[in-house]
Amino acid sequence: MAVRLDKPWRRLDSAAVSGLSGQLGVYQLSDDGATVRAIHRVDARSLFGLRGELGRELAERGEGLFFRLEVNHQPRTRWLELMMVHRADHGCLPAWNPPEDGEGLGRLSPA
Amino acid sequence: MDLSLTDEQKLIVDQVRRFVREEIVPLEDGLDPDADSLPPDDHERLAGRVAEMGLYGLDIPPEFGGPDVDIVTRTLLAIEMSQHRAGLYAPCYNVFGGAGLAQMFEANDDQKQRFLFPMLRGEKKTFFGLTEPSGGSDPARAIQTRAVRDGDDWVINGAKMFISGADRADFGLVFARTDPSKGRAGVTCFIVETDTPGFHVRRIVHTLRAARYATELQFADMRVPHANVLGEVNGGFAIANDRVSRQRIPYAATCIGVAVKAQELAVEYAGIRETFGDKLAHRQGIQWMVVENEIDIRQALWITLAAADKARRGEPFRTDSALAKIVATEASGRVVDRAMQIHGGYGVTKDLPFERWYREMRIRRIGEGPNEVQRHIVARDLFGSSLR
Repeated sequence: MAVRLDKPWRRLDSAAVSGLSGQLGVYQLSDDGATVRAIHRVDARSLFGLRGELGRELAERGEGLFFRLEVNHQPRTRWLELMMVHRADHGCLPAWNPPEDGEGLGRLSPA
Repeated sequence: MDLSLTDEQKLIVDQVRRFVREEIVPLEDGLDPDADSLPPDDHERLAGRVAEMGLYGLDIPPEFGGPDVDIVTRTLLAIEMSQHRAGLYAPCYNVFGGAGLAQMFEANDDQKQRFLFPMLRGEKKTFFGLTEPSGGSDPARAIQTRAVRDGDDWVINGAKMFISGADRADFGLVFARTDPSKGRAGVTCFIVETDTPGFHVRRIVHTLRAARYATELQFADMRVPHANVLGEVNGGFAIANDRVSRQRIPYAATCIGVAVKAQELAVEYAGIRETFGDKLAHRQGIQWMVVENEIDIRQALWITLAAADKARRGEPFRTDSALAKIVATEASGRVVDRAMQIHGGYGVTKDLPFERWYREMRIRRIGEGPNEVQRHIVARDLFGSSLR
């Protein structure tokens, strides 16, 4: 499994959301289809998994964004890993993640 | 062998049991199903409560300020402390404090000042780097990480696998081969600070476990001062090995605690749930599953307490702790599986703790030395020198 989530970006719209599964996993958001602005996890507290959370993002932020996701039954550790990789690559957390997401975050230096 | 509890043990066990049920379990309703830590405020509050109980730093030897709990009592407490969702790998979310790396008590005075005391004060986090991509069950042969002396330093190259906590650690113990010709007598233990150039945490290794995730490490021309050798050069294997026999007893006990809780939930649910006009508890198929659970729990309990009692009396307990590890991990796995079955569809949801226990319990047959290796230890004891 690749450390980085490098799938192609998809436009976040209602058609895309309706086709998503309700599984657990992680997703990233972008406003230009290139820059990672947020990394979030979808765990068992979500009512409708990835579909529910990305539907909520769409409702709250509106169209015009991009997303990519990974279905993963260990969303918490995968989210931690993606956050650490992002910080290693860019020196900071994604702009739309709250600062508290960085509390207690470890350090990775991926190849 | 008298395994009845003393009045003091009864008091402490009851105190911790109430603490888990009244303080820890209710908090889990508001946590992620796979959480391994509490919000900072809750952690601080509960660690304070534990300190008031005189039980903070349970595993710290009394000469270093620990509460002087003998290993039998420690085993009984481990059984209590794991009786909640995260209990297998994050008993009470670590509000009882940790002792960090037990091997660090072997440190010299300089190393104690730089590493041991900050670790005990909770100022420095640690990791234990033994297992490699080439294996962990047979470290004497599997260790391929090399350390070569260069003046006052050692230059280390290699990799470690399944290392918990390295991404957040300040330092850790790294076992490296310093004499390739000597097998287990050619391994040295180094104290490695994680800000050392050449130290890399390459990735998280995702596993069935929700708590205490593992990482993969790489060392590339990492220079470690000779002053950071723990113990003697080429004496690392003894340091690594010293930990494992004793560690197997609380490891077994933690599994038993989860099994006890799973059985409690199964009995309660079987007494409530009705199918085809009668309670599950009235079905012989369910009754027998519950009885099998009880047999598994009691066997594991007595074998584990017997091992702890031998350790407490200073007798050799390597075989006993291996037996405890085998029986407790396998029996507890069966108990969780049956309890899950009794709960039907709800048993496999994240609404209940079984699915997490089921996943994490599977690792216990592999962690701290696979059960096949434990059987080898017991066989070696039974057959004596003829097997060596």
